[in-house]
Amino acid sequence: MAKVTFPRMGESYRTFKMLLEDLGNEVIVPPRPSKRTLDLGVRHAPEFACFPFKILMGTYLETLAMGADTIVTTGGVGPCRAGEYAMLHHRILKDLGHTVRMIVFEPPRLHPFNFIRNVWALNRTRASIKGIITHIKRAWRKLQALDNAEKLSHVVRPREINRGSTTRVYRKVLDWIDQADTTGQIIEAEAAALDAIRSVPQDPARDVLRVGIIGEIYVLLEPASNLEVEEAMGNLGMEVERSMFLTGWTRDNTWNETTAGMTVKDAAAPYLPELVGGHGRDSIGNTVIYARRGFDGMVQLAPFTCIPEIVARTILNQVSKDCHIPVLTFFLDEQTGKAGMATRLEAFADLLRRKRQARPAQMLLPVG
Amino acid sequence: MSIKVGIPRALLFYLYYPLWMTFFNEIGVQVITSGRTTREILDNGVREALADACVPIKLFFGHVMDLKDRVNYLFIPRVVCLNRKTVYCPKFLGLPDMIKYSLEGMPPLIDVRMDNRQGYGALLKAYGEVGRQLGVSKAAAYVAYGKAMLAHARYNSLLRQGFSPREALDLLQKPDRKPLRPKDHSLKFAVLGYPYALYDSFISVGLLDKMHKLGVGVVTAENIHPLLLALQRNCDLPKRLFWTFSDALLKAAHLLFKQKKIDGVLHLTAFGCGPDSLTNKFIELEAKKHRNIPFMTITIDEHTGDAGMATRLEAFVDMVRRRKEASLG
Repeated sequence: MAKVTFPRMGESYRTFKMLLEDLGNEVIVPPRPSKRTLDLGVRHAPEFACFPFKILMGTYLETLAMGADTIVTTGGVGPCRAGEYAMLHHRILKDLGHTVRMIVFEPPRLHPFNFIRNVWALNRTRASIKGIITHIKRAWRKLQALDNAEKLSHVVRPREINRGSTTRVYRKVLDWIDQADTTGQIIEAEAAALDAIRSVPQDPARDVLRVGIIGEIYVLLEPASNLEVEEAMGNLGMEVERSMFLTGWTRDNTWNETTAGMTVKDAAAPYLPELVGGHGRDSIGNTVIYARRGFDGMVQLAPFTCIPEIVARTILNQVSKDCHIPVLTFFLDEQTGKAGMATRLEAFADLLRRKRQARPAQMLLPVG
Repeated sequence: MSIKVGIPRALLFYLYYPLWMTFFNEIGVQVITSGRTTREILDNGVREALADACVPIKLFFGHVMDLKDRVNYLFIPRVVCLNRKTVYCPKFLGLPDMIKYSLEGMPPLIDVRMDNRQGYGALLKAYGEVGRQLGVSKAAAYVAYGKAMLAHARYNSLLRQGFSPREALDLLQKPDRKPLRPKDHSLKFAVLGYPYALYDSFISVGLLDKMHKLGVGVVTAENIHPLLLALQRNCDLPKRLFWTFSDALLKAAHLLFKQKKIDGVLHLTAFGCGPDSLTNKFIELEAKKHRNIPFMTITIDEHTGDAGMATRLEAFVDMVRRRKEASLG
C-alpha cells in the first residue's frame, strides 16, 4: 500500500491526515520542522531558494526516511516560484536516489482534469463521488475548527493573567479537535475548545495593542518557520490578527473569490494594480484595510529572497506614510535567531505604545 | 523644444532599446538614456532600493535617479507578458510601483501595461496608449510601432548572428559600416545569464570582455533563434518555467548541452535572484548528465571585485583548455 505524506503547515496536518486516511491511504505524518529538518533542507536545496523550499526539502527527506513513497503537494501558475517547487523537489529527490511519486494539485479552476485525476489516484477505497464530497466537507469543517481555535487564542493570549496558560490550553484543545471523527463530533469539539480557551483567566483592563500580520503564506502558517512569532507577540501584549488562514486562502483559490479577497485587491489597487504572485498584493491591501480599522501596527513576515514580498515591502514604505501605520518586516531564513527577533519585537511594541499615548496629546494641540 | 523621454539603461533596455528608441523618434519625441553604469549610479541605487532586492533592481533605481532630472517623462512600462506564454519576474511586474513609491521628485511615469495574453492587438494598443499620453494621434503611434517592430527585427537578426547587444546597437546606428563577423576562437563557451546582468559590463565585472581576452568565444541565449529554443519543449519538466528569461535560459542550456558544440557552460546569476534559484539547479542537474562539458556558476552582487572574478574565470578556462588538449592529444 502506498504511504502518503504531505507538507506540514501549522496544525492543518490534522485535517489532511484525516482526509487521506478516509480515502484509504496510509499516512506518514510529517514531523514538526526542527533543526535537523532545516539542516537536511539547506544541504540539498539551492542556496537562494526561499525558506519554505528548504523546510519542505528537509521534511520530505525526513518522511521518505520514515517510509513514505508518495508526496501530495500543491502547484501553482506563477509568477511566484512556489508553483514550480514540486517539480524541483521531485528532481532533487530523484537525483539523491529516491523513487517517489509526486501528486501535485494545480488550481482546480484552471486545471479541472488535473484535480479529478489526482483525487482518483488518492481514492484507494474507491469511494463514490458523493462519498468523496462528504469526506472533503468534513475535512473542511475540521480545518475551520482548527482555524477558529487559533484565531481565538490570538485574542486571548495578550490578556491572560498567567503567562503561557493560553498556549497550554490551546495545545490541549487541538487534540480534542484532532480526535473528533464525525461532523457532529467536530462541531462539539470546536465548541468545547473555544469555551476552554475563553475560560483562560484574563485581565480585561489590560492595555492591548492591535497588530496585523501580513506576508507570505507558508511562514505565516507554520509556527516553526516564524519562530512562534504570534506567541511572542501575544506575550508582549499585542493582540494579533493574521491576514491569512488556510480556510480563507483555499476558498479564494479554488472555487470562488470571496468578497474579502476582492476588497483587499481594491485596497491595494492604488499602490499595486498588478498581481505580483505570492501574497505581495495582499500584503499591501491588508495594510491599508487594517490601518482603516484602527490597528496600531503591522508585522510583515517573508522568507529571505521572496520576490513578491520584496516588491510589497518597497511599496509599503509609502503605504505606511500615507496611512500612518508602522510596519516591521522580518525576512526569515535558516539564520534567523529568536533573540534578535524578540528584541526587535519589544522595541516595536514600545514604539506602538508611545505612538498610542502620543495620539490624544497631538489632538489637543492647537492647530497653526 | 521637443519632449524628452528617459529610458534607463537597465533591465529590458538590452533587448528592447532599438524598438523603443525607433518608436519614440518616429512620434517626434527625443529619447534620453542614462549613461553606462558607473560606481556612482550603482551606489545611488543601492542606497535607495530595498536591501533585499537583487543587484539588477538596485541598478535600475540608480539609472532612474541618473535620468530623472533631465527628462520630462520616464518610460517604465509594466511588461507582464510578451509571448503569450511566460511572464516576467514579479519584480518587473511591480517595477513602476516600486519606483513611484520609493523615489522622490520623479517626473511623470509612462507605465503602460503590456500583456499580450489579453489579445493579439494588446501590444499595439499599449503603444497607442503611450502615444496618447504624449499627445500623439493613434494612427501616428501605430505607424511608429510598425517601424519600431522592423528595427526590432533587424536588431534581433544581428543578435542571432552572434553579436552582443552593444555591437548590435552600434551596427544599427551606423548601418553603412560593414558588419564585423565575430572572431573565431579555439574554445567556445556558453555564457548563460539574464541580458541585464550579462551585458552590463559594470555589474558583470566585464565577464564577456574577459572571456574574449582569454581567447574564448561566447554563445549566449540571445544568440540562439527562438524557434530552436521552442523546440526544446518543456525540457522534460511537467511545467515550463514561469518567467520568460529563465525559460529561455533553461532551454538554451538544454539545447547547447545536446548539440555538444561547446566546451564549457558558465551561468551568471545575481545574488538573491529568485527565478535563478530554480533555473540554476535545473541547469546543474542537466549538466550532471553531460560529464564532458564542465559547468560553473558565478554569483555577482554589488560588491563583486574584479580580481576575484578574473581568478575564477582564468582557473576555469585553464581547466577546460587542458582537458581539451588532453583529449585531443
